[in-house]
Amino acid sequence: MEKQVVDGLREVFQSGRSKPLQYRKQQLRALHRLITERQADIEQALKQDLNRNTYNTSLFELISIENDIKSAERDMADWAAPRSVKKNLNSALDDVYIKPEPLGVVLIIGTWNYPWAMILQPLVGAIAAGNAAVLKPSELSEHSARLVKELLPLYLDKDMYQVVTGGVPETQELLKQRFDHIFYTGSSTVGKLVMEAAARHLTPVTLELGGKSPCYVDKNCDIAVACRRITWGKFANCGQTCIAPDYILCEPSIQDRIVEEIQKTLLEFYQKDPKSSPDYCRIINTRHFDRVLALMNECTIALGGESDCSQCYIAPTVLKDVLPHFKIMQEEIFGPLLPIVTVNGLSEAINFINAREKPLALYVFSSDKTVIKRMLTETSSGGVTVNDVLMHYTIDTLPFGGVGNSGMGRYHGRHTFDQLSHHRACLIKSFAMESLNDARYPPLTAARLSKAKFFTQHRLCSCSGICVWAVIATLLAIGLLVALIVVLI
Amino acid sequence: MSREQKAVDRARKAFLTGRSKSLEYRVTQLKNLLRFVRERQSEIAEGLKKDLGRSEGGTPLYETLGLESEINLAVKYLKEWAAPRPVSKSMMTISDQVYIQPEPLGVALVIGAWNYPWAVTVGPLIGAIAAGNAAVIKPSEVSSHTSKVMEDLLPLYLDKELYPVVTGGVTETQELLKQRFDHIFYTGNGTVAKIIMEAAAKHLTPTTLELGGKSPCYIDNNCDLAIACRRIAWGKYSNCGQTCIAPDYILCDPSMQDRVIEEIKKNIKEFYTEDPKKCLDYGRIINQRHFKRLMALLEGSTIAVGGENDESECYIGPTVLRDVKPDAKVMQEEIFGPLLPILTVSGADEAIKFINQREKPLALYIFTSDNKLIKRMIAETSSGGVVANDCLMHFSVSSLPFGGVGHSGMGQYHGKYGFDNLSHLRGCLIKQLKMEGVNKMRYPPHTADKLGWARFFILKHVDFGSLGRMALVALMAVFVAVILQRYFTD
Repeated sequence: MEKQVVDGLREVFQSGRSKPLQYRKQQLRALHRLITERQADIEQALKQDLNRNTYNTSLFELISIENDIKSAERDMADWAAPRSVKKNLNSALDDVYIKPEPLGVVLIIGTWNYPWAMILQPLVGAIAAGNAAVLKPSELSEHSARLVKELLPLYLDKDMYQVVTGGVPETQELLKQRFDHIFYTGSSTVGKLVMEAAARHLTPVTLELGGKSPCYVDKNCDIAVACRRITWGKFANCGQTCIAPDYILCEPSIQDRIVEEIQKTLLEFYQKDPKSSPDYCRIINTRHFDRVLALMNECTIALGGESDCSQCYIAPTVLKDVLPHFKIMQEEIFGPLLPIVTVNGLSEAINFINAREKPLALYVFSSDKTVIKRMLTETSSGGVTVNDVLMHYTIDTLPFGGVGNSGMGRYHGRHTFDQLSHHRACLIKSFAMESLNDARYPPLTAARLSKAKFFTQHRLCSCSGICVWAVIATLLAIGLLVALIVVLI
Repeated sequence: MSREQKAVDRARKAFLTGRSKSLEYRVTQLKNLLRFVRERQSEIAEGLKKDLGRSEGGTPLYETLGLESEINLAVKYLKEWAAPRPVSKSMMTISDQVYIQPEPLGVALVIGAWNYPWAVTVGPLIGAIAAGNAAVIKPSEVSSHTSKVMEDLLPLYLDKELYPVVTGGVTETQELLKQRFDHIFYTGNGTVAKIIMEAAAKHLTPTTLELGGKSPCYIDNNCDLAIACRRIAWGKYSNCGQTCIAPDYILCDPSMQDRVIEEIKKNIKEFYTEDPKKCLDYGRIINQRHFKRLMALLEGSTIAVGGENDESECYIGPTVLRDVKPDAKVMQEEIFGPLLPILTVSGADEAIKFINQREKPLALYIFTSDNKLIKRMIAETSSGGVVANDCLMHFSVSSLPFGGVGHSGMGQYHGKYGFDNLSHLRGCLIKQLKMEGVNKMRYPPHTADKLGWARFFILKHVDFGSLGRMALVALMAVFVAVILQRYFTD
């Protein structure tokens, strides 16, 4: 079945249907209609999957998708146009440019924590770049998976974009097929299997994985504001966010203050009983519930700790004086437990971070520019937000992705388009000036070689339209300024 | 610990000292590499002569000139490439710092090939060094003399801990592939590439695979055939056809075939004299195995030009085959030798169909004076790169990304692309701890009002670029107004 799906999509792709930008824009508009017209259904599915409420759904999923659709529609012509490049003397008279082209059939494997954003944001880029796509939503967020399978063919061209649902066997069957790009969001363990399967067909991959995103709180900062932001980022979606601040690193002297501020903020956000707050979510299923609960075992609970397995509910929890060898520090938490590990200053924090795998995100809170500079230059991570959490995700001009164990490739906005395109180098010469080519033809004499050397060594600038206008405008402005000064004096 | 493990370990330790972070250090290494290329021309040329029968002129033209150019480019622009790259902001980030910071990945593995051993082994190394990485260099054992030159001489110029040369064959490569790298850059064939990517998957290591394929060359009726054939003959028979982007086969109208053969024959004579075997500029097949492979490809096809061979010298003369059928042996694999099959097709439509039925090639060549046809062929096919009215030349334009697509590879390099390919482009958002009031709209308890504000700030698109330009124009208009007023009232 999976083979038929992929073969069918490839055939339709090869007919050239998705080449015209008009077609792609039309599909994107249809996708926009899907998420606006069926918002209530989507909210209902998410409530059943994760106890997400309506505002959460919009804020964390639909707005990002909408943003990507809008910018793709607005800028597609620019993204898809040939991009001129600098020439050298050899190619001075030629047409030299990079042409973005669709890859073919893209496989998008989603995950369950933000089931709509993780599937549809890559899809926006796949559509904009002119590809066909197979979507494989995560079976763990089963209501969302069922709904996306039902809705997509009602809005989008079902010959170009199909949804395949199922679990491990269906995914394995899909991975046996040949794709032109595989976009996977999920765990590092499965990421390796996806890349291995892709290797058999020489298929390039984008892997958006995870890791333990550290959050360093410097003693020199507005701790109240810092904790407010950290609390928001940690406990949103019940901690099930790939870029949630996984654990805090701070000096022992401020640990108590941090616990106090987080407690204050939790009260404000979720009131006395988070279980009855409409804004507090649930763990996705009992397996993860058990997993997360077990991570608390050796730890000292400073806040929270309550749980209710019948609802997969775990209260917002803060753990203090956590030691590096505890279980909770051995895997990505992906739940509402916030361990605090104390370190004696910035150097120890940096060493701690560097002794571990490169995380997907890094957070540092400080008013001290030198602390920020040191932290950024001496560590590596997928992305970084200073003095806040999660927010680099929302900026579509920043490439979003991991490094090392946290992933490879990047997306959002134009970056998704570029990631799911082939950037074809094009050099258009004419038959004229053949004598210039003598330098390269045998017999290779010394004279010919020095001519060849001359032509390859020197570069020309690319005089694009904007560059010319900028130069003219600047000269004009300076001229006017001078005239103004002369006249006024 | 195996020798390979030790080399990787040492490279990682050296990387972790942080010494390759400084731009000065990287520039010093690049300049040393440049000195090496210039000072050791004769050793390099000697190795290439023994490996591939490369003439003395062939060394700079096909290998070292390109490297010098790339090194000079990297040295000149490194500061710019490595600097933070600001990106356009939104209403939400108007008071923040938002930029992309390029960073080194760590330890790269560069696996070279034997056909242009310097260009495809040291070429990627330039990007690795510029990006601040350590790199383990594994030259191809098939070009054994060159491999020895690299092993003996590179450590005399480059930091031998950061950039070790590890030589060896399949066993040593397999041992290397067990180690953990932060990027693997491989140039070679698709079969081995799959093995490499599979090995890389175990460590979640990203890969750049510069592979090959059958690069088609379409000759339209409407073109300057003499010049076209000159350029094709050069591109095909350089390095005895052992070029990943050599025009693999020709597609043309039956009516053109005889003339094409005639023109190519003329150029072969001009380039390589009546007896290419004696000509210094004509190379040799790398080894017996490939010689035998190529001779076997001739089976079933009609030789129009050439066909002479001498196994003892691994010599195969520049050869053209006519009226080749799609199912001929020579059309089943990348030739990588001096055999040029001509297949006849009736027009561009059939040519495009023929090309699209096959794997996406590394390069596509189109010879025509009809610009519309060039556009059409580019729009209706796909390939790593494309050159109209010439061969190979896109390789030397460093502002063009060089790489394959589909079975011809993944990832790109040359110039800034080499740098970016071996860097991590880290998204950075620097906020301040003030203006906390603005964040209210994102905090629970969530309300419709708050959501409305969030939507407004995130979705409202403000083009600060054009706003800025408009403000500038308004300011200039004010200046003009003041000047004119002064002028007329004076």
